[in-house]
Amino acid sequence: MNYSSYIALIPLLPLAGFVLLGLFGKKYFKTFSGTIGIFLLLASTVLALYTAYQYFFINGKVNDVYQSIIPVKYTWLQFSSGTSIDMGIILDPISVMMMVVVTFVSLMVHIFSLGYMKSEERFGTYYSFLSLFTFSMLGLVVASNIFQIYIFWELVGVSSYLLIGFYYDRPSAVAASKKAFVVTRFADLGFLIGILILAFEGGTLDFNTLIQRLTDTQSSQFISITTASFLGVSVLTWALTLVFIGGAGKSAMFPLHIWLPDAMEGPTPVSALIHAATMVVAGVYLVARLFPVFSINESSLHIVTWVGMFSALLAAIIACTQTDIKRVLAFSTMSQIGYMMFALGVAHKNGETGLGYTASMFHLFTHAFFKSLLFLCAGAIIHLVHSNEMQDMGGLRKFMPVTHLTFLIACLAIAGIPPFAGFFSKEEILLATYHANKIVYVIALFTSGLTAFYMFRLYFSIFWNKPKELHGHPHEGTFSMKFPLIILATGTMVAGFIPFGHYVSSDGKILETPFHLNFSIAPVLFALTGILLALWMYKKESNRPHRVASALGGLYHSAYKKFYMDEIYLFITKKIIFNLVGRPANWIDKNIVDGTMNGIAYSTAKISGWIKGIQSGKVQGYALYFFSGIILLVIVVLYLWK
Amino acid sequence: MNGIPISHILFVSTALFFIGMYGMFTRRNMITMLMAIELILNSVNINFVVFNKYLWPGKMDGIFFTIFIITIAAAEAAVAIAIIINLYRSHKSIDVEDAAEMKY
Repeated sequence: MNYSSYIALIPLLPLAGFVLLGLFGKKYFKTFSGTIGIFLLLASTVLALYTAYQYFFINGKVNDVYQSIIPVKYTWLQFSSGTSIDMGIILDPISVMMMVVVTFVSLMVHIFSLGYMKSEERFGTYYSFLSLFTFSMLGLVVASNIFQIYIFWELVGVSSYLLIGFYYDRPSAVAASKKAFVVTRFADLGFLIGILILAFEGGTLDFNTLIQRLTDTQSSQFISITTASFLGVSVLTWALTLVFIGGAGKSAMFPLHIWLPDAMEGPTPVSALIHAATMVVAGVYLVARLFPVFSINESSLHIVTWVGMFSALLAAIIACTQTDIKRVLAFSTMSQIGYMMFALGVAHKNGETGLGYTASMFHLFTHAFFKSLLFLCAGAIIHLVHSNEMQDMGGLRKFMPVTHLTFLIACLAIAGIPPFAGFFSKEEILLATYHANKIVYVIALFTSGLTAFYMFRLYFSIFWNKPKELHGHPHEGTFSMKFPLIILATGTMVAGFIPFGHYVSSDGKILETPFHLNFSIAPVLFALTGILLALWMYKKESNRPHRVASALGGLYHSAYKKFYMDEIYLFITKKIIFNLVGRPANWIDKNIVDGTMNGIAYSTAKISGWIKGIQSGKVQGYALYFFSGIILLVIVVLYLWK
Repeated sequence: MNGIPISHILFVSTALFFIGMYGMFTRRNMITMLMAIELILNSVNINFVVFNKYLWPGKMDGIFFTIFIITIAAAEAAVAIAIIINLYRSHKSIDVEDAAEMKY
């Protein structure tokens, strides 16, 4: 084992960037704070790649099974001999894979922002926030302790809050950042309770020990957590469901997805970072991290499956109707994350049945490439058009050839057209669901058709359709904006050919993922149908989209309104919680609590008003009181004191 | 002196006490009030001496008390007159009603 502590530098370098740029960026490095951020992150990307190489090809395996290695560990808070909060680094296939993804995508976003955010006043602050975001996500990914993951989980929440609300002079951005924070924080409450239950029953916060104890059917912890029950459901299911609620909040799963579309208020490269590598995949990562425990509990796996499934379908339907390009991409992210979730949900621990696990991680990996590419392209487009709305765009392929080509590649990838990355990972997911659950398979297949449709709707409306008037002198942007697009497009093209099962599998052994030609016909056909439909509707300007929309009537309208989820939340919070809880509480506070206090103060003032008249300042009056006191005493002593 | 019964002397001292009391409550001039207080003190002195003389003729305690009281009354008069002079300096009056600032 020659992992030295250099691995700790991978998260610490972005932290250094955050501190450096946050404290001094505005004053000293106004112009080159971006460069500093990029170089620090470049160093950590290189380290991450080197670590991945070391782990996957040199010394990660013992007897053909990938080991979970903890090269760095520092006990931060010791509660009892078995329970402590550690700050450590865990190396196993998923954490190493995520480390590479996070640093790489973040690096691309850093480079892209150099051009995109050039004219911003708070350039240095922006880079320091990006560094903080990267640091938190890396810390989350490498966490060896469930409480460490929780700490970094909250840090991710804070940094997303800072970045979504980066344009703090826009009320909508402020509202969006607040919404993202409150919704994810609400979900994190579930996560925290889940952690506490797991830690209480497992007697430890350390991942490896926890997993080992809770999966060993002979251990006392396993027996106690499965036999104890609350409301007729075993405590293990409760704990895992609560943990999953936390994951669902961060990963924008139904019904906690409402923050995701609003989070588009942040700068576009930030959306790329949130959607591709950090934040939203945190939930998937969490479920994957605890997968050995999830896999022994059927009911929590079912919850994961169905929530993922429903979110994937719902988001895909909503995405078909949105007109803001970033929102379409946001809902597509939600849909793809749903794919990863239900892929995890249908997986099991060992061998062939673990295909869903591998597929989910594979999809996470490829999705990071094409989703960050899509968002960065969207950033380039918005940079050119100065609008998020699709109707302000059209015929852009002449102005931005590089963006056009890379966007097309990313669309093909997400639609699942071979030989791009999305095809391979999606096919594995479908294969896994096909073996596990036919209903899920059918819905997934349908959703992948929808995905192709809405992505190509976007593509044709932006790059084809009728050219729109553009103000000024349209240009595609600086080299620093094109370079990440090209790199990511290359990644999107080759990432699918990685034999992912060799590296990441549920039990650490090599999982062969053979390519089934027959099986892939159906998804590709669905995707092609979606693309052709989009082509028919959106390639040329016509009234076809309008006709289709009015033919669908209510369905279209409610999907356009995002199935009134926001309204339902507002109804619940404003009408029900506010009226039934808030108002009575307010009444009690005002009338009973305040009333008691005011009453005490009022009566004190009143009584003292009477009493103070005694102190008149007249000496003879005092003498009279004194004298009457004496008389009283005399009477008492003489007549009453017998 | 032996012919005078004790009740006569006690009557004088009680009368003196209530005359002092009356003066203290009715007069507004502080000098007069001080004099009234002296009357009260002296009525007490008479009581001490009389009880000593009639009830415990062989002892001297009551007489010592009286001498103490006279001494203290002298000191008290000095302090009281100092207060009155200061009051006069600040209020240009020794009417007790004029010095009623010390109230709520």
